[in-house]
Amino acid sequence: MDTLSALLLAFLSIVIINNLVFTKFLGICPYLGVSGRIDMAFGMGMAVTFVVTLSGTMTYMINNWILIPLHLEVAKYVAFILVIAGAVQLVEMYVRKCFRDLYDSFGIFLPLITTNCAILGLCLFLDLWGVGSLVEAAVQSFGAGIGFTMAICIMAGIRENLQLADVPNCLKGAPITLITAGLLAMAFMGFAGMIR
Amino acid sequence: MSDGSALKTGVYRDTLLAGLWRENPVFRLLLGMCPTLAVTAAVKPALTMGCCVIFVLLCSNIIVSLMRNLLKPHLRILMFTLTIATFVTIADLILRAFVPDMSETLGPYVPLIIVNCIIICRAEACASKNGIIVSVIDAVGMGIGFTGTLCVLAGVRELLATGKIFEVAVMPGRFVPWAAMGMPVGAFITLGLMLGLVNLTSKSRS
Repeated sequence: MDTLSALLLAFLSIVIINNLVFTKFLGICPYLGVSGRIDMAFGMGMAVTFVVTLSGTMTYMINNWILIPLHLEVAKYVAFILVIAGAVQLVEMYVRKCFRDLYDSFGIFLPLITTNCAILGLCLFLDLWGVGSLVEAAVQSFGAGIGFTMAICIMAGIRENLQLADVPNCLKGAPITLITAGLLAMAFMGFAGMIR
Repeated sequence: MSDGSALKTGVYRDTLLAGLWRENPVFRLLLGMCPTLAVTAAVKPALTMGCCVIFVLLCSNIIVSLMRNLLKPHLRILMFTLTIATFVTIADLILRAFVPDMSETLGPYVPLIIVNCIIICRAEACASKNGIIVSVIDAVGMGIGFTGTLCVLAGVRELLATGKIFEVAVMPGRFVPWAAMGMPVGAFITLGLMLGLVNLTSKSRS
């Protein structure tokens, strides 16, 4: 029971309090690029969730069971990025086969998940925070993906309404998105310190 | 001097200037946003980050430019990423050895240079199509453009958040620090307003 509540807390804390987008600035590129429409944002969030769960778990295993016993920590980054590239390749094949429309609307952004900093960032943070067990690593990676999905969907909802607003010409596009993200980050700051 | 060499010098100068302003990676191409936002709470880490990016960009552009004729199209991105990851590992080890406190501050944002879109974008858009000299000049221009932007952003944020620049107090004593500028909120809003300002100036000129 104790471990279960600890896992639940870890999950909540990475979704809300340590949200990767708002507190760690990870995954900003797709966050600005794909948050125009809510259905695409949700699809992107799901793809990222899948990749991040897979690669977070796998990099945990590789790091703790192969690299550290063999004292090969220096090859950590290269190994991590290879795992992530492989996972993205899997997702790309699956989406192309099963969801053709979604695949076409993503275009270049799907392979670019490889260079989404949220994923490599999470793998590195898992290492840095010294996550204790495989289950915890899996839960935290899944939580990170859900947190990203939540952030990008909130943003997409706001941006759909923003199209009706009268924004000054020079602030249209990326600047106003960034300012909105800043205000959202301020809202999320209210959660800080809720779980410690 | 023949016309050919004059033409070449013009191309080199154009490549260099493009990175500095016309195609400035942060303001114009919107690349490399994550480190831009994350390390700009103060000028010193921003400068360190900029130097790391210049180093990695330069090395990866040279290597990619040298092996551009050997690459198979579908393995291209993977090769780029592996090259970059190798150089980032080198940069990380150098930082840890010589400036351990900066390495501590930057933390995982140094390895995150691997997935910085600027580097992979320059490898794809410039180094894989051009010779070694153009690639080097492009890397220097883009790198300095990126570092400059980072320092400006960090300067504004550090000044408003703590009243200091380079840890030296410059604001008058009555100045009340804006704590929010040092937090994520400040990063997003400052960058947003700065982009707006750049758009405004470039529009009024044209």
